[in-house]
Amino acid sequence: MDNPFIGRDVISILDFSRKDLEQLFRVSREMERFRKSRIDVLRDKIIALAFFEPSTRTRLSFETAAKRLGANVIGFSAAEATSVAKGENLADTIRMLDSYADLIVIRHRFEGAAKFAAEVASNPVINAGDGKQHHPTQAMLDLYTILKLFGRIDGLTYAVVGDLRYGRAATSFIYGLTLFEPRKIFLVSPPLLRARTEVLEHLRRRGVPFEEVDSVESIIEEIDVMYVTRIQRERFPDPMEYEKVRGAYRITLELLEKGKDSLKVLHPLPKVDEIDHRVDSSKYAAYFEQAANGVPVRMALLALILGADLESMGVRL
Amino acid sequence: MSSEPEATLTVSKIRFGTVIDHIPSGRALNVLKVLGIRGREGYRIAVLMNVESKKLGRKDIVKIEGKILMPEEVSVIALIAPTATINIVKDFRVVEKRRVEVPDRIEGLLRCPNPTCITNKEREPIRTKFRLVSRNPLVLQCEYCGTMVSEKDIIELLGNGIDKR
Ligand SMILES: [Zn+2]
Repeated sequence: MDNPFIGRDVISILDFSRKDLEQLFRVSREMERFRKSRIDVLRDKIIALAFFEPSTRTRLSFETAAKRLGANVIGFSAAEATSVAKGENLADTIRMLDSYADLIVIRHRFEGAAKFAAEVASNPVINAGDGKQHHPTQAMLDLYTILKLFGRIDGLTYAVVGDLRYGRAATSFIYGLTLFEPRKIFLVSPPLLRARTEVLEHLRRRGVPFEEVDSVESIIEEIDVMYVTRIQRERFPDPMEYEKVRGAYRITLELLEKGKDSLKVLHPLPKVDEIDHRVDSSKYAAYFEQAANGVPVRMALLALILGADLESMGVRL
Repeated sequence: MSSEPEATLTVSKIRFGTVIDHIPSGRALNVLKVLGIRGREGYRIAVLMNVESKKLGRKDIVKIEGKILMPEEVSVIALIAPTATINIVKDFRVVEKRRVEVPDRIEGLLRCPNPTCITNKEREPIRTKFRLVSRNPLVLQCEYCGTMVSEKDIIELLGNGIDKR
């Protein structure tokens, strides 16, 4: 079977087609067999993790995925980034990493940083978050999780809750859904944190049914998947306003019990107190499984991009 | 009023060059700006502002002696003067008329309004890139950060004219 991923950059989830993602999910499913072992298909490869912005989860997830594939990992995290760069520009840091490694994973606080890095580097670049804009591998694992839970992504009703304006996970998830055929997407946020113009425009252009609403309560009975994101204090100039919003967008067990029996709650993690901890052990919580799915999905992605010989290991492409 | 309003001003016809007509009034200087013309290039330039126009009520006209506009230059004029017409003059005669049209892609001309767009990061070797989303109303989108820009924002986002790099 063809491998359309070979040598490709991963800047936005919209760089991929539905067919691409379906192949990625098939390979991800096969990678689950190696979750606790190794499949040495990238033994001669070096993967650079360039985290200019703090992240523990995403970085560890990529590092685990790379190591389970037998690759070596180099790189730095936010604290070291300043000393690595010593005032040099991003372009020069990327050129250096590009000369050492076979693939670069980058997280940066500027929107468009990953696209720019991909223009500078000759090797593939994976965006692990650029400012408020994209987090494509998060969207991949989110969609994969839904596929595993429901057996399909099409035809379900979604609520994306929280900070839709500055939250890149929420934005990428919404973009990802537009590659499929959701029944409807509810965008649930306080007015200050509504999805950005370009996101709404994209939904309109793709003809995806969506509705902006203020409260989860009003739509709880309709939805199959609730995707919750954190609302940060810094977004609110008025602390009183923040406290009000925080209370109104808190997901409690009582709220979820008003919804469908099969309702699942996703969250890109880390979460603070936006979800009642009693939800964690309920049938609704899917976020721990979702986080764990990051490893097989990133394994599949790295292996496909770097053209690993998966078929000789008994993995169908 | 004369149907040839510029005749009432003492601006002679040009021998060889470009006449940009039907510029929305008040935008002539912006047109020169997007063309990267500062006045030190040695061209003889006439700028007529707020002259009568049948089509527009009032309009601006720019005449540039000694310069034939390149297609790339014609297309950027469309960003700020969508009604403009371009007359290429040789030997005092109009040899070619062109209408302006916003190009599908605009590079290195507009600043991105998003302060945390990578194109606004200091000391990076990067030019802005916008793609045309819609002609009417005019909407452009930054290819790096996704920010959408509409017609009213454009004059403010014009940098220092066509980037000649
Ligand atoms: Zn931008």
